[in-house]
Amino acid sequence: MVRYLLRRVASGIALLCLVSTVTFMMVFGATGNVARNILGENATVDQLKALNSRLGLDRPLMVQFGDWVSHAVRGDLGPSWTMSESVASALASRLPVTLSMVTIAVALMALLSAMLGIAAAVRGGWADRAIQIVSVAGFAMPNFWLGLLLVLTFSVKFGWLPATGYVSFSASPSAWAASLVLPVTALVLSGIASASQQIRGAVIDALKQDYVRTLRSRGVSPRSVLYRHALRNAMPAALTVLSVQFIALLGGAAVIERVFAIPGMGSLTVSAALIGDVPVLMGVVVTLIIVVVLVNILVDFLNAWANPKVRMS
Amino acid sequence: MSDINTAQPPIPAASQRRHFVLSVLTNPTGLVALLALLVVIASAIFAPLLAPNDPSAVQIFKVNAVAGDGYLLGGDGSGRDIWSRLLHGGRNTFLGALITVAIAASIGVTAGLFAGFYGRKLDLVARWISDGIMALPALIVLLAFYQALGASIYLSMAVFGVMLSPGFFRLTRNLVNGVKHELYIDAARVSGLSDLRIITRHILLSVRAPVVIQTSIVAGIAIVVQSGLEFLGLGDPSTPTWGGMLQDAFSNIYVSPQAILWPGLAITATVASLVLLANAIRDRMQQGGVQVRAPKVLPRTMSEPLPRAAPDVLLDVRDLVVAYPASDGWREVVKGVSLSLRRGEVLGLVGESGSGKSQTAFSILGLLSSGGRVLSGSIQFDGIDLGRSSEDELRALRGKRIAYVPQEPMANLDPAFRIGFQLVEPMMTVLGISRAEATRRALKLLARVKLPDPERVFRAYPHEISGGMAQRVLIAGAVACSPDLLIADEPTTALDVTVQAEVLDLLRDLQKEFNMAVMLVTHNFGVVADSCGRVAVMKDGRIVEINTVADLFAAPAHDYTRMLLGSVLEDGRTRTYRLPMTEEMRA
Repeated sequence: MVRYLLRRVASGIALLCLVSTVTFMMVFGATGNVARNILGENATVDQLKALNSRLGLDRPLMVQFGDWVSHAVRGDLGPSWTMSESVASALASRLPVTLSMVTIAVALMALLSAMLGIAAAVRGGWADRAIQIVSVAGFAMPNFWLGLLLVLTFSVKFGWLPATGYVSFSASPSAWAASLVLPVTALVLSGIASASQQIRGAVIDALKQDYVRTLRSRGVSPRSVLYRHALRNAMPAALTVLSVQFIALLGGAAVIERVFAIPGMGSLTVSAALIGDVPVLMGVVVTLIIVVVLVNILVDFLNAWANPKVRMS
Repeated sequence: MSDINTAQPPIPAASQRRHFVLSVLTNPTGLVALLALLVVIASAIFAPLLAPNDPSAVQIFKVNAVAGDGYLLGGDGSGRDIWSRLLHGGRNTFLGALITVAIAASIGVTAGLFAGFYGRKLDLVARWISDGIMALPALIVLLAFYQALGASIYLSMAVFGVMLSPGFFRLTRNLVNGVKHELYIDAARVSGLSDLRIITRHILLSVRAPVVIQTSIVAGIAIVVQSGLEFLGLGDPSTPTWGGMLQDAFSNIYVSPQAILWPGLAITATVASLVLLANAIRDRMQQGGVQVRAPKVLPRTMSEPLPRAAPDVLLDVRDLVVAYPASDGWREVVKGVSLSLRRGEVLGLVGESGSGKSQTAFSILGLLSSGGRVLSGSIQFDGIDLGRSSEDELRALRGKRIAYVPQEPMANLDPAFRIGFQLVEPMMTVLGISRAEATRRALKLLARVKLPDPERVFRAYPHEISGGMAQRVLIAGAVACSPDLLIADEPTTALDVTVQAEVLDLLRDLQKEFNMAVMLVTHNFGVVADSCGRVAVMKDGRIVEINTVADLFAAPAHDYTRMLLGSVLEDGRTRTYRLPMTEEMRA
């Protein structure tokens, strides 16, 4: 078990190194227009040169990379080129916003798709049809368009919920919750599609197993057979799809945050991408890879709990 | 080349292939989806001819104009024709999707074919890369690369294609792993075809349909992501795009809310057509040409309430018919079985696999596989008509009065729970005793079935014990509530020969100890001779002969019984037994 997890951590670190190297080469290798982006069209050649040397862009790429790595391993991701704060502090204020939104969305998604998936697996009928409709609609409707429709309906038309703006939890828990209702709804609906289908399949598979017949032959209650035995055995498949959804939502949040003007990682990434704030982009990529690796390790832990065979190997 | 001709891969001939396409189209969803898709693609291709206005022409008086006023769907925030922009936007959308799909499919399928075919190290490396790519939030990576890739959205879509290639890779790799040991591939290799030729000619053909489905899905994802990128302001602002139109509509949401609808509807309709088309192809493939529909009418004929059987008869089965739904109505697996069991009697139920003996056993337990039904006949257990009992009434009998020992010990223990729990839980439910009391009894039972170190087995998970031990555990579980009837379905078949005898001994001892009636389902006459008082021989869902063991072995009445006996007895005469004429031929 310990060795298994160590291997997963090592694999995660290797992924982090590989992706940050490739990203660095891509984003720092293409900084030709950055100075002009920052200074504007009217900047003189001398001004551009001065900025390039202040940012260290006149050095060879490998030197820049070595410099970046030596600071990054100490948690120093450098200053932002366009904002008056360090990358680390920008990330520290943005990451909790996105993570809380995505975590709530994934938790809700897990709950709803488990209910829908189990109902479809056991009863078929309406739940089966609902899953089919939801899965096509959820797949085909871009989540930001869904977000726009929600804004149009609930904010513009009825004025029930705030269209944009984010209130932090510490400022006002109720306003925080209200500001998250629409974005979380938009995120959840698109993800329920694949998650509920996967859970349905996994529960059907589990219920077909021989030990289910044996448990029933012993007089075990149907509720225990379904919720204790079948669900526990369907768990690895459900966890896998939820971790995939978590990654998808981290990306999807970028667009949703723009629709609802939420100051999270996504809107930070978009503005940095459009203007070319390269250190921020590096910081975002590195941070999100770490989040993804941590989530995957968490999923491994939960899998080990659900499946004793994994725990032993 | 004759080798290859005799070992044709299961590829439909040209006519069958056309038939396949046609049959996807006969599915109404598939047809509608395909037509919708064709309309959208055609309108994108012919946009310059169809669009009434130049998509970039600005008319200052038509800023946010309402629909119908010169512009079919109104004007956007800059006074451009939404309808014309919608038509032109399709062009760049499909081009982007095409780029993504082409790159994802060519990288993924190629890597999958080689990794699947050559395996080992190549496979390991390819899988690590594929898992790594899948762990990345694609949209964030595309945003990060935006400056490097430049204003062209197509370069971003190309990179996105690389990021979606793992889907194709995994699919192809798994399919190749599935087919590469098929006979026709071996035949092709023996006949001297090069690996490359085998991969491209034979394997590529058999993975084609799933790849088509994946292509459809990936095209949908690409369209959604591309519109997302454009919505965020990436890409060339001078090109009309669906995502860009949404961005424009978003900034004018309070002035002209309906403009939000059209581009979103265009995206949703296009992607939904792609998904529905993929679903139609998948449904078609899974059905394999046969429309399977469970028969709607339940032809269950309720028998009259039966006169109570003699008091020493515990189980009385009469004219039992069990069936499963098939493409053409009900397929009967048990065709009118009658048998009875007295208290404390051991009855052998013998027959080849598929003769319906297990289905007979399951119908007594009320645990037929999904879809299975008792169509007619009656099962009476100790005066209770099981056919008329509700599921709750049946459950009250199961475990407590009727118990079951299965065939495959390892598959019949829940791998996720400790063995102790799997014994304790039913006892707590059925007998209503406390956990501590159930634990005490479970440990006693484990000792009773002669498991060394019951404490350790109690704490172990199923994968930590051997098959023989698992079967003892299952027997312990079956007799836990001292049932009146034990149904043992081939209890020794999956075990080592040395263990078989021990398990049979154990069953016999327990039968005497609890004075249980036992129905022993087996295909082994040796087991019958050892353990049973009477024996019923089953063939094709019917009982052909039922008699005491002594009489049946001495004078088998039915040809089929003789044939079965002939295959086990160490007897020269019956060994040379030839298949006699069947009943029909004699008649």
